[in-house]
Amino acid sequence: MLKNMLKATVFATTMAVAAGAFYSPAFAESVYNRGTAAESESVDPHKTSTVYEANVLRDLFQGLVMQDEKANLIPGAAESWTVSDDGTVYTFKLRKDGMWSDGSPVTADDFVYAFHRLEDPATGAEYASMLYPVKGAEDVNTKKGKPEDMGVKAVDANTLEVTLKAPTPYFLEMLTHQATYPVSKASIEKLGADWIKPGNLVSNGAYTLAEWVPNDHMKLVKNPKFWDAATVKFDVVNYIPTEDRSSAMKRFEAGELDSYDDLPTEQLADLKTKFGAQIHVGPYLGTYYYAIKTDKAPWNNPELRNAISMAIDRDFIAEKVWQNSMLPGYSMVPPGIEGYTPAMAKYADMPQIDREDAAKKILEKLGYTPEHPLKMEIRYNTSENHKNTAVAIQEQLKPLGVDVTLLNTDTKTHYSFLEQKGDYDVARAAWIADYKDPETFLGISRKASGNNYSNYNSPAYEAAMDKAAAAGGKPEERMKELSEAERILVDDVGQIPLLYYSYHDIVSSKLHGFVDNVMDVHPSRFVSKD
Amino acid sequence: MLRYVFRRLLTAIPTLFVIVTMAFFLMRVAPGGPFNQERGLSPEIKANLEAQFGLNDPLWLQYVHYLGNLLRGNFGPSYNMPDFTVTELFAKGLPISVQLGASALILALLLGSVLGTIAALNQNKLGDYTVIALATAGSTIPTFVIAPVIQLLFGLTWKLLPIGGWGDGAFINKVGPVLTLALPQIAIVARLMRGSMIESLRSHHIRTTRALGLSDWSVVVKHALRGAILPIVSFTGPAAAALLTGSVIVETIFSIPGVGRYFVDAALNRDYTLVMGTVVVIAIFTIVFNLIVDVMYAVVDPRVRYD
Repeated sequence: MLKNMLKATVFATTMAVAAGAFYSPAFAESVYNRGTAAESESVDPHKTSTVYEANVLRDLFQGLVMQDEKANLIPGAAESWTVSDDGTVYTFKLRKDGMWSDGSPVTADDFVYAFHRLEDPATGAEYASMLYPVKGAEDVNTKKGKPEDMGVKAVDANTLEVTLKAPTPYFLEMLTHQATYPVSKASIEKLGADWIKPGNLVSNGAYTLAEWVPNDHMKLVKNPKFWDAATVKFDVVNYIPTEDRSSAMKRFEAGELDSYDDLPTEQLADLKTKFGAQIHVGPYLGTYYYAIKTDKAPWNNPELRNAISMAIDRDFIAEKVWQNSMLPGYSMVPPGIEGYTPAMAKYADMPQIDREDAAKKILEKLGYTPEHPLKMEIRYNTSENHKNTAVAIQEQLKPLGVDVTLLNTDTKTHYSFLEQKGDYDVARAAWIADYKDPETFLGISRKASGNNYSNYNSPAYEAAMDKAAAAGGKPEERMKELSEAERILVDDVGQIPLLYYSYHDIVSSKLHGFVDNVMDVHPSRFVSKD
Repeated sequence: MLRYVFRRLLTAIPTLFVIVTMAFFLMRVAPGGPFNQERGLSPEIKANLEAQFGLNDPLWLQYVHYLGNLLRGNFGPSYNMPDFTVTELFAKGLPISVQLGASALILALLLGSVLGTIAALNQNKLGDYTVIALATAGSTIPTFVIAPVIQLLFGLTWKLLPIGGWGDGAFINKVGPVLTLALPQIAIVARLMRGSMIESLRSHHIRTTRALGLSDWSVVVKHALRGAILPIVSFTGPAAAALLTGSVIVETIFSIPGVGRYFVDAALNRDYTLVMGTVVVIAIFTIVFNLIVDVMYAVVDPRVRYD
């Protein structure tokens, strides 16, 4: 009898498994299963902060301007715009055929409402600063001003006028950020907090939100009211969060995912062999750097900071630790921004061995030798690769008489410590561009920036940045001034840039329109499948 | 018995209160807050966010508010996923974790008991050695090894199962995670069952039943099993609480939208309300299943009475 029971169990299990062989979901529509490494936090444009929801929101909403498949700026909800001679007043002409998914027209009022909502302190928008260049916006957000005094007004239903505090040449690029997307005033006023739920969410992009099961999938369906719906290829886009990168590779191989926006970088060489041209790796606008306490002895000595920076073998770290999924970095602004030449560290082209000799001489001059080592603590947030990077640097600096200790904490603890400007020597940090402009990378080293973890404070740098800001109306001159500011920062070693990020996607060879670009932006409306 | 159950449930209230209080204050001791991130926020924006979630109130007031909301069944909003309340996240995730956990538990109890009994009946023979070897392997190979192997073999090589995803609860999507969850439990149950069954079979009481000429089936199932099942009943309580509230590893590897992941993710994100929600749910499950086990004891063993 017991044997029979066992047999029955085995039989039932076999049948159940075999039944699965015939199960295959059948879709009449064209579906894009888009894998992401993390779950979106929110689909409210004013409550988002990560690149994962940026991808989703780019499909759901349309800002005044958008990005094409190459991340170039293209008209979005606005079909054209003019800028006043002094560069402070932008007048946007909205599309007459621009509609919300409920069929109502997208009006200038919706943008006024959205811009006010973004700055309203009660919204608690993490990216409220995205509109700080707009006159009065920062005052509203910091409770010093009223929304009606903000420099945004609806001239008529199709004309929006935005007045800036000062000429801001990257303002249009900033408007590609999801925080500046419009929201439907009528929908929010009617539904309150529930406006965001699938089925309720009224959006003006190529897709609308049909389902959201956290940690499983977010289903977007084509928006028939979208002004350019005729060119949108997929009926359904499923955003599928797959946190485990190895599982994601198997899901891709099994055809469950058409693309995935990350890779297990430690397996990169093998993945390239296995998947060939389906692996996409290239420069991405992000810098991996070490903040160094410039206001604390002995790190307040630029010569010492320079010696440490010079001695680090970035090629080794990029190739061995990151398996070429990062590129060696010698400037705070990564290459890839049109019209801008990053200011590289002067030793960038020196052979590593010469750099180490030069660094050793400086350290000896300052009294640091293997017998009298310099003590240095590297703090980093939990990640195998951050750890391996720090260990590699520890080994590289040891022969020069630098005694490196490592301190690992989880991400929240790490950044809370840095924000409070705690007492540390060197700490891992990174900056990913929100928009395509050097300002986003250089602004973090300004004295007043909350992200200036190094406490870098250079009057020359501040003056150069101010000069660049003043040249707002002259793009070429501005870029030159910014590059000169970066030269000061890099020569001072205000931060230690180590690596430039790269995007690493796996993309089915059946997909078209998934074009590599430095922002790693791939709106689904431009993607199609064989 | 009813009085006993009622009394136990009443004593659970102060236990829960202590757990909630400790968890609330311990969470706040951890450095960093929900809004510390790679891209630092300006103090004003951070203040706006904290005000929105009442995090700028004194800690004692936050605690009082939290308790008040909890009594009304309101777990609060998730800080990290502001589109959802903690209750909504649990309403979506908990049934999924419970389905997987319950399937794994039932499979483990059935298969483990059968295997353990087979081993006991064939003590020191091939059947016994096979079960012991399998059970040792099952309890020593970690889940994070079993899961990818199942994905590789059943998903990629034989194409019988999907690699991951919940598939709106399709049976086929549950097979991999249930097997992964169940395998170590099957091993534990089999070992427990083997030991207690051997002990039971050697007891005077069983010898007597054999001497009376009862059939093997009757001796094993009706008499020996009843005594042998007690250690399994004890094991079931904590195992059920752990399995039904989800497994971080299994849910992460198979991309299952259960609640197991929330505990770790929420703790790392300092999503206080979500952490508290998971603590409360796990505590309730543990309390309830320990009570069920105690009641089951009385049912299985007539010598145990609680009144």
